[in-house]
Amino acid sequence: MTAVQEPVIAAPAAPMRPAGYLVTGRKEETSDTVTLMLRPAGDPIQTPRPGQFTMLYAFGVGEVPVSVSGIGHGHVLVQTIRAVGAVTRALCAAAPGDMIGVRGPFGTDWQVSGADGRDVLIVAGGIGLAPLRPVLLAALAERARYDRVVLLVGARSPGDLLFTRELETWRRRGADVRITVDHGQAGWDGRVGLVTALLKDAIADPARTAAFVCGPEIMMRLSAQALADAGVPAGDIRVSLERNMRCGVALCGHCQLGPLLLCRDGPCVSYAEAVPLLAKKEL
Amino acid sequence: MASAPAIPVPRLIGIDGLGALFEALVAGGYHVIGPAVQDGAIVLRELSSAAELPHGWGVRLQPGGYPGRPRDDTAAFGHAAGPQSWKRFLHPPRERLWSATRTAAGFEVAEDGAGGESGAPPRYAFLGVRPCDLRAIEIQDRVLGQPGSRYAARRSGAFIIAVNCTEPGETCFCASMGTGPSADRGYDLSLTELADERGHRFLVDVGSPRGAEFIGRVPSEPAGEQAVRGARSAVEAAADHMGRQMEAGGLRELMADSHGAARWDDVAARCLTCGNCTMACPTCFCTTIEDTTDLTGEHAERWETWDSCFDLDFSYLHGGSVRTSDKSRYRQWLTHKLGTWHDQFGSSGCVGCGRCIVWCPVGIDLTEEVKALRTEREGGTEPDGAEER
Repeated sequence: MTAVQEPVIAAPAAPMRPAGYLVTGRKEETSDTVTLMLRPAGDPIQTPRPGQFTMLYAFGVGEVPVSVSGIGHGHVLVQTIRAVGAVTRALCAAAPGDMIGVRGPFGTDWQVSGADGRDVLIVAGGIGLAPLRPVLLAALAERARYDRVVLLVGARSPGDLLFTRELETWRRRGADVRITVDHGQAGWDGRVGLVTALLKDAIADPARTAAFVCGPEIMMRLSAQALADAGVPAGDIRVSLERNMRCGVALCGHCQLGPLLLCRDGPCVSYAEAVPLLAKKEL
Repeated sequence: MASAPAIPVPRLIGIDGLGALFEALVAGGYHVIGPAVQDGAIVLRELSSAAELPHGWGVRLQPGGYPGRPRDDTAAFGHAAGPQSWKRFLHPPRERLWSATRTAAGFEVAEDGAGGESGAPPRYAFLGVRPCDLRAIEIQDRVLGQPGSRYAARRSGAFIIAVNCTEPGETCFCASMGTGPSADRGYDLSLTELADERGHRFLVDVGSPRGAEFIGRVPSEPAGEQAVRGARSAVEAAADHMGRQMEAGGLRELMADSHGAARWDDVAARCLTCGNCTMACPTCFCTTIEDTTDLTGEHAERWETWDSCFDLDFSYLHGGSVRTSDKSRYRQWLTHKLGTWHDQFGSSGCVGCGRCIVWCPVGIDLTEEVKALRTEREGGTEPDGAEER
């Protein structure tokens, strides 16, 4: 899983030009998070690999990086967006028929195939489940290639859980799905606590585990550290890092994290590579 | 030309020859960009003739200052690097990437050509590129020159006339960085200005077939051995007259190991985080994207503008900026320039031009900062330079 990955750069002729995609479906996941189905109005972008991201443009408002949470038939992109600023609010408000600009796909992927014949352990915190959904779907699509497929999900509250209607389907298809929330509420009879608390029981054989971790940076640090402490090799733990991104094609300089340009060298990196970087304050 | 003229040996041209070269470039369709005096500073702009060059002008470079001074000769290139660099032309400060119009189906994007508004990029001839700036262009080529990019289109057409340095400035340290004072590659023509009892002349080295073609259109004479020796030794001697020095060995490791250095607090107490150093630096390339609309909301545009890692917004993620402290932003700039640039683009990002020292309003001198970081890592006390402030 530590093999050097060729960065994928969009066709250089017009890397800053968005392709028009039409909203064909919109699902409100939580009070602030929406999943959009986007169908190409003209030529589609290259098919994103699990973990890659696109730049989504709301006409006249602006553009933000958003990880891809699924691929549908007919080059449909599934993208899950949390409204945290002007652009993401505009994207979340998009209605079926509206056009969204799409550039990409950009960055490194999760390298799911590196988990062949081993246990797939997916650890998601909050919106971090969105970029991990393609990992789970890829593992379930070729279920026999992997041993155990475990999904650990942490959310602030039951109301903040994403893809709730799919959780049962994933279980039926052979995933061991375990959920915890920071704060329970009336009617919640599941676990309460941090996602790291689920880790201990989720690892069967650390040497045969490939872990995929995404969530808030502090959650990724603690989870990845706990995995490493449990014996999972740091090179077999992948995390997805985030920094300000403007161009997506390693030209604008914003997404630097030490030696990395995260739009090119990330977002998915091995924990071995991330450890020294995440440990440095304000890097 | 029917056949490429064979001009392997250095040539000599006079001041008339420089004028003739200028005219030949204009006739060849080039926009000639070069230094000129404007508002008391030496700026780079499009020139209408070689007479506009800053003949008889020098400058006195100092931390936070750049006073012009008259020379006692008529040298056209008797000044050191000014506030601007050639990136202004190859990587413009502000550029429209596309415009779009709302339609019934959504919106339609009309992409501007490689040159922005007008389509084809202008063909530039850069007259008077210092060896340090020549390397800076080479460095930006590696960062921005992806095939098919707007930068690559502008760059591939550019004709470069380098000028070797014989009088380095007080803040110059190209000899430390191995980028000067002599241009060794990457030019079409390279000049060494000679002003002595034999008159005002230029020794011309040819670096490309295109360079040979143009010098062939200009009255020139073979350079005698004495003129060549004189020019070469003047340039060689310049290496010993650098106003600054910076030990380049181990810089990458020093930057990687210095994240927790106390010196960052020291420099942050002086740094205004104004970003001048990043604007003046010939290799700093960072940009931001601005998406705009007109008042009707029917027309949108995307602009790319220079940005600076000293800006608080530069590292903004929802919830806040990653680099909030002044020290973290100075540290990002210096460690990127001298350290992680190697990881990202295969070389150092510093060419020793000294602009960041001159154009810093409080005179922060990176050679002093590096010295202090080195001393700190080696467990020493305050370096000599620190007390002089």
